Amino acid sequence: MALKIVKGSIDRMFDKNLQDLVRGIRNHKEDEAKYISTCIDEIKQELKQDNIAVKANAVCKLTYLQMLGYDVSWAAFNIVEVMSSSKFTYKRIGYLAASQCFHESTDVIMLTTNQIRKDLSSPNQYDTGVALTGLSCFVTPDLARDLANDIMTLMSHTKPYIRKKAVLIMYKVFLKYPESLRPAFPRLKEKLEDPDPGVQSAAVNVICELARRNPKNYLSLAPLFFKLMTSSTNNWVLIKIIKLFGALTPLEPRLGKKLIEPLTNLIHSTSAMSLLYECVNTVIAVLISLSSGMPNHSASIQLCVQKLRILIEDSDQNLKYLGLLAMSKILKTHPKSVQSHKDLILQCLDDKDESIRLRALDLLYGMVSKKNLMEIVKKLMLHVDKAEGTTYRDELLTKIIDICCQSNYQYITNFEWYISILVELTRLEGTRHGHLIASQMLDVAIRVKAIRVFAVAQMATLLDNAHLLTGNMQRNGICEVLYAAAWICGEFSEHLENPMQTLEAMLRPKVATLPGHIQAVYVQNAAKLFATVLKSQEGNTDGTAAQETSQLMIERLPLFVQSANLEVQERASCILQLVKYIQKLQQKDVEVAEEVSALFAGELNPVAPKAQKKVPVPEGLDLDAWINEPPSESESEDEQPKAIFTKEEHKHSRPRHTEVDEKELAKRREARKQEQANNPFYIKASPSSQKVYQESTGVEHIPVVQIDLSVPLKVPAFTCSSGLPMSDQYVKLEEERRQKQRVEKKKKEKKKRKEKHSGRGKKRDSGPESEEDITPAHMVDIVTEEMPENALPSDDDDKDPNDPHKALDIDLDKPLADSDKLPVRSHRAAEAAKSPGEAGDAESAAAQEPKKKSGKDKREEKKKDKDRDRKKSKEEKKKKKHKHEEKEEDLLRGQAGEPVVQSEETSQVAEPPTSTSAEVSDLDFWLSNAPVPSNTQEAATVAAAEATPMPEVVSSTAPDSEPNEPKDAEMEETKSSKHKKKKQKKEKEEKEKKKKKKHHHHHRHSDGGGEESVQNGTVEEEEPLPSMSNYCLLAENSYIKMMMEDADQVCDIQGNLQDGSQVVVSVIFENKCDGFLKSMEFNVLDSLNAKLQRPEGSGPHDGLTVPFQLPPGVSNEARFVFTVQSIVMPQKLKGTLTFIVKNEDSSTHEKLDFKLHFTCTSYLITTPCYSDAFAKLLESGDLKCSSVRLEGVSMPFHHLLARICFHHHFSVVERIDSCSSMYSRSIQGHHVCLLVKTSAQTVSIDAKCDEPTLLGNVLDEIKQTFSQC
Amino acid sequence: MIKAILIFNNHGKPRLIRFYQYFAEDMQQQIIRETFHLVSKRDDNVCNFLEGGSLIGGSDYKLIYRHYATLYFVFCVDSSESELGILDLIQVFVETLDKCFENVCELDLIFHMDKVHYILQEVVMGGMVLETNMNEIVAQVEVQNRMEKSEGGLSAAPARAVSAVKNMNLPDMPRNINIGDINIKVPSLSPF
Repeated sequence: MALKIVKGSIDRMFDKNLQDLVRGIRNHKEDEAKYISTCIDEIKQELKQDNIAVKANAVCKLTYLQMLGYDVSWAAFNIVEVMSSSKFTYKRIGYLAASQCFHESTDVIMLTTNQIRKDLSSPNQYDTGVALTGLSCFVTPDLARDLANDIMTLMSHTKPYIRKKAVLIMYKVFLKYPESLRPAFPRLKEKLEDPDPGVQSAAVNVICELARRNPKNYLSLAPLFFKLMTSSTNNWVLIKIIKLFGALTPLEPRLGKKLIEPLTNLIHSTSAMSLLYECVNTVIAVLISLSSGMPNHSASIQLCVQKLRILIEDSDQNLKYLGLLAMSKILKTHPKSVQSHKDLILQCLDDKDESIRLRALDLLYGMVSKKNLMEIVKKLMLHVDKAEGTTYRDELLTKIIDICCQSNYQYITNFEWYISILVELTRLEGTRHGHLIASQMLDVAIRVKAIRVFAVAQMATLLDNAHLLTGNMQRNGICEVLYAAAWICGEFSEHLENPMQTLEAMLRPKVATLPGHIQAVYVQNAAKLFATVLKSQEGNTDGTAAQETSQLMIERLPLFVQSANLEVQERASCILQLVKYIQKLQQKDVEVAEEVSALFAGELNPVAPKAQKKVPVPEGLDLDAWINEPPSESESEDEQPKAIFTKEEHKHSRPRHTEVDEKELAKRREARKQEQANNPFYIKASPSSQKVYQESTGVEHIPVVQIDLSVPLKVPAFTCSSGLPMSDQYVKLEEERRQKQRVEKKKKEKKKRKEKHSGRGKKRDSGPESEEDITPAHMVDIVTEEMPENALPSDDDDKDPNDPHKALDIDLDKPLADSDKLPVRSHRAAEAAKSPGEAGDAESAAAQEPKKKSGKDKREEKKKDKDRDRKKSKEEKKKKKHKHEEKEEDLLRGQAGEPVVQSEETSQVAEPPTSTSAEVSDLDFWLSNAPVPSNTQEAATVAAAEATPMPEVVSSTAPDSEPNEPKDAEMEETKSSKHKKKKQKKEKEEKEKKKKKKHHHHHRHSDGGGEESVQNGTVEEEEPLPSMSNYCLLAENSYIKMMMEDADQVCDIQGNLQDGSQVVVSVIFENKCDGFLKSMEFNVLDSLNAKLQRPEGSGPHDGLTVPFQLPPGVSNEARFVFTVQSIVMPQKLKGTLTFIVKNEDSSTHEKLDFKLHFTCTSYLITTPCYSDAFAKLLESGDLKCSSVRLEGVSMPFHHLLARICFHHHFSVVERIDSCSSMYSRSIQGHHVCLLVKTSAQTVSIDAKCDEPTLLGNVLDEIKQTFSQC
Repeated sequence: MIKAILIFNNHGKPRLIRFYQYFAEDMQQQIIRETFHLVSKRDDNVCNFLEGGSLIGGSDYKLIYRHYATLYFVFCVDSSESELGILDLIQVFVETLDKCFENVCELDLIFHMDKVHYILQEVVMGGMVLETNMNEIVAQVEVQNRMEKSEGGLSAAPARAVSAVKNMNLPDMPRNINIGDINIKVPSLSPF
């Protein structure tokens, strides 16, 4: 036994290691698969050993085999074993293997949670690093949820090596567990300013990835990024930030304006091409987003184009490529600036690099004009001839067609030229785009009436030379053009010079080798031609010629009757019978031509796609009614033959229609109808999808704009055989025509031109001969492409519903609610301690919550709690106080929360103590701050500059923001404008007021009085309302000792609608001294009736930490929530604010006492009420009555109402002259109704409320308001 | 985001594959083949960008590659990465390999795929760029190599396993002799 073990061990020493395996594989080139399978067997043996070293070696080899394409998932468990080795060497092998072959459905992954957690908290930073790296590759929703908190802790690790990895992996965690985004975001944001550049770069990286998908949520970070951009020297970080700005600017044009200058500076200063390129790109994005011009707008464009030109001219192909790429972005909005570089772009078409040629082609699309179209296409045609490799040639082909047909053939002045281009393109062998050429031919022939004669002649030649096109039919897509040719010749056969010849060409036996759908068109159009031929022959000869023609048909058609293609067969046999019948008639010397051609009578007009939907259903026609009684159920297979037919059709992508109103149509039109329905190219307003074709019935009803030709057509007698390619001759001809036109124009300078203009051309001056001067030779039918009302192109379509980033569309500016916590492992008992009154907010993302909930947590709870806890940062501990929290709980708590509550809770719960974040988050303010801080300015200076109240700033922001802000500004001039911006948080309430106002206007419509506005704070033109603010001075003090004033508090008390017993107090703290204020604690002596809500676990006398610090001159707002029992009486609460004043050399503790006054008004909530509901309320009789008279009120009535609305949270229900009814509701649901009347200087207020005490107090307060003024 | 990093030689033989999004093994091989097909037919003097292969990503993705002697280094990235930045990154990666392997050649990559992975892990993590500073990357790799050495490394594993077993069964055997024996045996019996 012992010997055996020894022997086994010795064998093991000959185990192959990775190098041996590789060497072995290289030595067995012939039977590699066999060799590897023996190796895998060996590996399986090795994995069975107990020795971890052997296992690690085996796993290492497996990783190699995985690269060669071998599935190694069977060894997943062994990989986990190796991962859990205590040795770094083995662990690393294990994690590498896991990262290569684990994925979400690997079931052993759930065994790794504990191991990974252990590694994450390992004292060896490389163990942690390896675990993070591995985890980043195979993180699952479960792992993300279970480890999010651990990783978040690592974001504050002492080692930057770990910090940067932890920061990066958070992105993966967010993707898998979107709920973690909000709680982790503050810390992530902190990392943007990490001292280590690597960590900073990682944070930028993550936020950029997040912001790219949901840019709007990250707009508020713009100031911070802006600062980074102006201060960072790391090009990698700069590139990321600049790219991010490129994504943000479309959402916020003001940001763009701010960016232009620093970006321009960077463009001028940087030597790094990569950075330069990204700057240019972002400047382009900015310029695109700025719809209205700015002064140096064109200068920036010029700079970009100029720099791009340098890139394109560079010998480095990469720069050339990128230059063209960026150029195409400019092209969309500023085509003119790009057009001047046409030479350069045409030059790029000759580049040896295909990528570059393709990019240049893209650009050409936007650069064509009437003037240069022919020239450009000529150049492209040369390239088509030169191009080797079909992909590039096909690309050229589609580009030529795209360029020509863009915006409804806007740039084509000569359609003969275009048709000859199309004909020339048919000579391309092996192209896949035959159908594209065909559809263009049809489109032009149908829509440009004047071209038909020419087109028909060309098509006849094509049909005649069909054998040239169809050399090897099977793989030759070009034969599609025959489809078009046959149809055009048939449909417009009256223009044919020699219809007989064409008819013969169409009935050649070789046609039978064409694809089925083309044969079908051949057969049908042969019939049309036949009709034309008959007509001409019957007219002039004795009739034998006509009989010969019929004979020809009868001889040739059987070939098609035998066709395997159902469509061909059906048509051929119909027509064959028809012709036989005609022949009979002819033999009796009956004139048939007239009747035969009547079969195909009628003009075909182009129809707008979707036009079918616009066709009204004739009166009395019920499309849903059964024409015949439905067959019994057993016959439900009835549809089958049709189904087969449809399927058949589908193969050729030719949808077919059964006519609804078949019976109503004359029999002779039926064939034509069918033809139309079957012709995919029939309605051709635009080359678009198959769907369109299905709507081609009911053509007659659609009005079509027809523009007739005004320029006489020259159909020159050129033939294909002449030396020059046809299109070139047309180029010449067109030049002559233009020349002539110019001369003509000079002659009759002033005279209005007879020729019609297309009117669609954009007015561009391109050289001496302007666009306007080029009159198109032919006109195109303009078919307005209408969209059905409900079929708006939705931009949601391009978003993949499975996109993991969708779940990350989370509002990050909303302060953290208590529920926004990462699950922390804690014992289940902890859950019970949760406060019942706690308001939670299950994020919208909660819906995305992984449903799986395994029993894993229990396992995890086992031992590691203690050591982990020790590691936790202070914040973590604080959070832990809240005993969070298993995920189910979050779900249970539902959506009770309201933004206001959350914001309040933020102040209680941990918010990152970044002093600047409070200011910079105020995006609007930052954006409106017109002067751009120079690059060298320190952050502090920026902040200070922003906080300084500047009148211009206020006035410039005002129009964008809430209407009553300018009012506040007036009143609080002395204070920082910051206050008002903060008030935007209350926008919701104000919006409500607005709504009410609108409603009110509605009612007032009839009285038509001069006073327009009753709403508080609205800027009124003739007579401005007095400014009002609910903020009142709470307390203020100054210290003589310090020779400066310190702080003052302004407060606003408002009830909270959501919770009947909560009142939110917003307090603005303003630092008036030039020291730093920190460690502010806010405390209130609770009364029986009102209590300050404190965080869980703190005593009833503990103060609340104000979640920010105040640099000199800065103000910020904090919100505190109070629970109130009874609201019928006003009350006062005594409170103290303690804080530390920190100066350069000293810091002192200071204290400020204040009294919070809870008026009854503060329990009222502005609630809009409709007059009928109001009337009902008054009628109900539940309300107690009370009234008050105010004497000597001299203000206008609307001011008075505005005051009541603003200060006492009422809304106007109805107003007639100097009498108005008003309504409000308390947080506990009491209705308060007022009837305000004024005569002379007396105001009488009759009030009703279901709570008399409350009413009395409210009236007292109203009285007081007016006594003050 | 980087979606995948592929290193293969002029014949399309993979030398390192690193997908940051899951693909089954056969799909991975197909992607390598397709990518090789796309890249290999390009001259060396054309640009280093390719609008993505059909397999690996949609229109948002680009292949950015560099060709060094016998090896292609291909990064498949989306539009959030700077094209020129990634080119620089490939350069940094290759220079790092050069430092770590001292004049790196294809053979180094063939026989030390694991080490190449470890180096790559210090450059890119989970599809995101972790570090672009070569000195920092090299320093971290070296520290980890030293740790591995101090643990005896993987190559020492079988020998040490044997000695452990032998020591267990024959406790009196002097250690140095034991090792000496093994050292003699290995060359005499090894197949190469």
